[in-house]
Amino acid sequence: MNELTPYQTIIGLEVHAQLKTDSKLFCGCHWQFGAQPNARTCPLCLGLPGALPVLNRKAVEFAIKLALAVEARIAQRTAFSRKNYFYPDLPKGYQISQFDSPIASSGKLKIRLNSGIKTIHIRRIHLEDDAGKSIHAESWVRENESLIDFNRCGVPLIEIVTEPELSTPGEASRFLQTIRQLLRYLDICDANMEVGNLRCDANISVRPHGGATWPGVKTEVKNMNSFRAVERALAYEQQRQIELLEHGEKILSDTLLWNEKAQVTESMRIKEQAHDYRYFPEPDLPPLKIDTSWLDKIKNEMPELPDARRDRFIRQYKLSRADADLFTATVELADFFEKVVVRIGDVRLVNTWVKTELLRSVNQSADEATPISADAFAELLDFVKQKKITAQSAKIVLVEMLTSEKAVAEIIHDKKLTLLSDANQLGVIVDQAIADNPDAVKHYRSGKRQLLNFFIGQVMKLTRTKADPEAAKKILLEKLDAE
Amino acid sequence: MYISSAEIEKIAQLAKLKLGQSEKQELLRQLGDIIAYVEKINQLDLSQVPAADSADIEPVNLRQDKIEAGLTPQQALMNAPAKNKGFFSVPKVIKK
Repeated sequence: MNELTPYQTIIGLEVHAQLKTDSKLFCGCHWQFGAQPNARTCPLCLGLPGALPVLNRKAVEFAIKLALAVEARIAQRTAFSRKNYFYPDLPKGYQISQFDSPIASSGKLKIRLNSGIKTIHIRRIHLEDDAGKSIHAESWVRENESLIDFNRCGVPLIEIVTEPELSTPGEASRFLQTIRQLLRYLDICDANMEVGNLRCDANISVRPHGGATWPGVKTEVKNMNSFRAVERALAYEQQRQIELLEHGEKILSDTLLWNEKAQVTESMRIKEQAHDYRYFPEPDLPPLKIDTSWLDKIKNEMPELPDARRDRFIRQYKLSRADADLFTATVELADFFEKVVVRIGDVRLVNTWVKTELLRSVNQSADEATPISADAFAELLDFVKQKKITAQSAKIVLVEMLTSEKAVAEIIHDKKLTLLSDANQLGVIVDQAIADNPDAVKHYRSGKRQLLNFFIGQVMKLTRTKADPEAAKKILLEKLDAE
Repeated sequence: MYISSAEIEKIAQLAKLKLGQSEKQELLRQLGDIIAYVEKINQLDLSQVPAADSADIEPVNLRQDKIEAGLTPQQALMNAPAKNKGFFSVPKVIKK
């Protein structure tokens, strides 16, 4: 919020990320988005009596990787607890979560804002199992029923809880984007909010500017399925709370759902008492030791993280900060850029072509910036670098590459874009360019030497941009200067 | 008394149970007896006994991330009181 408004806002986030393991957190069920309903279950994740959970080692390692990436304190001993509540998509009647000894605590994440860098502290990171999916709204669901799919039940989640240090809805969205980038760099979560493998609940509270304490009343907003939804929902909720204060009314603690269609938050009308989760230690899972040798092994597997990679790009490739930000936005684009640079050598050429041509062709979206392989793109740039095709022709080839599987050489051949540098053939075309433009010739010969570029343009036009500009220039000069 | 009438009511509410007055009285007595029995542990002097840390799981004993065959959708739904289109069907609940 800007300084002019008389109110201050604080926001804290609870982020849930589905971990990209092959099997679930406590059983060997495969989990995969889009499978047939109830096709990924076993007695354990259906909560059948007698089934015992066995912790997935990789899920723990993924959680530790995130903890290392945000410089959190990693527990030497971590334990699971049961969080008890009734809901049809939770067949056990409790979620296996962590309560008093989470896997990690006290981390921090730097987010980049227009005003500079802000550090957001992370209170805790813990592991828990996901619930199944309830379906209510679809047209084929009968009036009086809800339908349950247990495929998602037991999928490993990490919950990331921030301190309430975010001051605007925009900062909340920025934090989420930074977490998404980190999760993807670590390759532990697909982090796609629309699909639901990255989810976010937010707590928001407003007070008059300069107030000594926070009123202690906050609302929790759920059901935000995109970065934009987070920003809009929190902006709406912020304004709603301010208006209540302006009218001298009290803000009530509440859990609210964001209604994307109506663009409003709506109360879930949950009785406060329902929040008594009666956590107690999970008797089926002994506490887990995280020893130094295991931790060291995981540390060795850590990839280069976004900030480190950006700084290295600036140092190693002499990129501007803005270009380095752009090229390291996603790990795919960063890998792509480096692979092409290694093959081509000419950083400036690669920089220009990735930034202006490739990114433009995919609407400047770094998320979708690599529709073609680095090898194919490098091959195209190699033709440009070796001056085997003109830059103009290369742009035509690139457009074709985005929609076809054809190799670069094949496209150049099919589209007849091979560089025309044969002196005899070019000579004929140069003659025609001269014959077509007698006035320009006259002006050129009377001293308007800059018309040379006009003639090069004419030759390009006649050859549909295939002419070798250097060769064309040489022949043009010979012919124009020979009076 | 180890447990109050109000606590019984709260537990019943959290467990979504409706209790009659006589049931409440009976549970008050039964749960009270159970707690009194377990309470005996508190009489032991455990100040010299180390905590049972040896029961911790070592990282090597965790499960490898391997996929194991589970149930078919038909098997999963076999005991469902109600089903529809391959899903478990339950009385309508509000959206979470």
